Amino acid sequence: MTDMHHEVVSHASEEKAHSALNTKTIWKVFWILLLVTVFEVAISFTAIPKVVLIWTFIALTIVKSYYIVGYFMHLKFEEVPFQWTVLLPFVLIVYLIFIALYEGTALGLIPG
Amino acid sequence: MYMWIFLISDAFTFSSLIIAYGALRHRFADIWPDPDLVFTHFPFIHAHVPLMYVGLMTFILIMSSVTMVLAVDAGHRLKKAATLKWLGWTIVGGFLFLGSQAWEWYHFIKGSPEGAYVLADGRFARTDYLEPGILFFNDGTRVVGAEAEALKATAVKNIIGANLKENEYGNTPLFGDFFFFITGFHGFHVFSGVVLNIIVFIMVWRGVLERKKDYELVEKVGLYWHFVDLVWVFVFTFFYLV
Repeated sequence: MTDMHHEVVSHASEEKAHSALNTKTIWKVFWILLLVTVFEVAISFTAIPKVVLIWTFIALTIVKSYYIVGYFMHLKFEEVPFQWTVLLPFVLIVYLIFIALYEGTALGLIPG
Repeated sequence: MYMWIFLISDAFTFSSLIIAYGALRHRFADIWPDPDLVFTHFPFIHAHVPLMYVGLMTFILIMSSVTMVLAVDAGHRLKKAATLKWLGWTIVGGFLFLGSQAWEWYHFIKGSPEGAYVLADGRFARTDYLEPGILFFNDGTRVVGAEAEALKATAVKNIIGANLKENEYGNTPLFGDFFFFITGFHGFHVFSGVVLNIIVFIMVWRGVLERKKDYELVEKVGLYWHFVDLVWVFVFTFFYLV
């Protein structure tokens, strides 16, 4: 009974994944990724302060990642527990960024 | 499922490399080269065109990701001819990217005709192949004419091109080291992806879709290929844009 239920669910989600990722959506994602990249290159030549540019680039990189992982790698259409299994370990990466920048600053205080 | 587990671990490896790069760039911010003054070449154009070439490489990789999604979509519907067509274009995209990277590495290693000088007072001065005779420093100051010639005559060292020990782009070997290691590691992933794509192409061509009634193979290699594209998005931001 449970097996059968599981099969029905996974079949349904597979159908959902298939229907959500039609050719039209694929090309839409392509245009988003392309336009974001063109936008990034364009603003890098302007006189916008470097700090603003850096944070804009980082934010746009996350936007692009969302589209690649969500649509191309179709994580958006997987079951919720699986999404958490994939995404949760990256909390450690955020932690590592914090440690490394903290240490990088400390290194800067050492002469040489 | 297993491909996802591998990709998570691989993402950790790439994250560590990029974070190490970030921490050391942060530490040596005062002498780190500005990427806009390093990656300025474009084939057949005799001018400084920063970002255009890597922009083109990004376009090639995004495009090959799209053809890969279309291959997976065709595989899902068990359409052999369409799967082969899109997988074929993905392989072409992979080779184009690898070729572009080889071209970029060639110019990075070869450098400019005059390279850079380590001056007698320890300062690091670069030359510009479009404006012979000038010297410029990381803080934006420029020296021209007789003054520049005098500085060159007393220079301690002339560095042309790049290797793991020194490079003409900045007064730290770390810039070259990280460039070679991170883009090299990514390029090796692209190369592995092209090999895997060719293997799957041959298997589909020999009829694995009809035999197994399953496109899992295309799906897995597709996940890997998109991951390679994803990593490039980060390399593009942190190596070339920032």
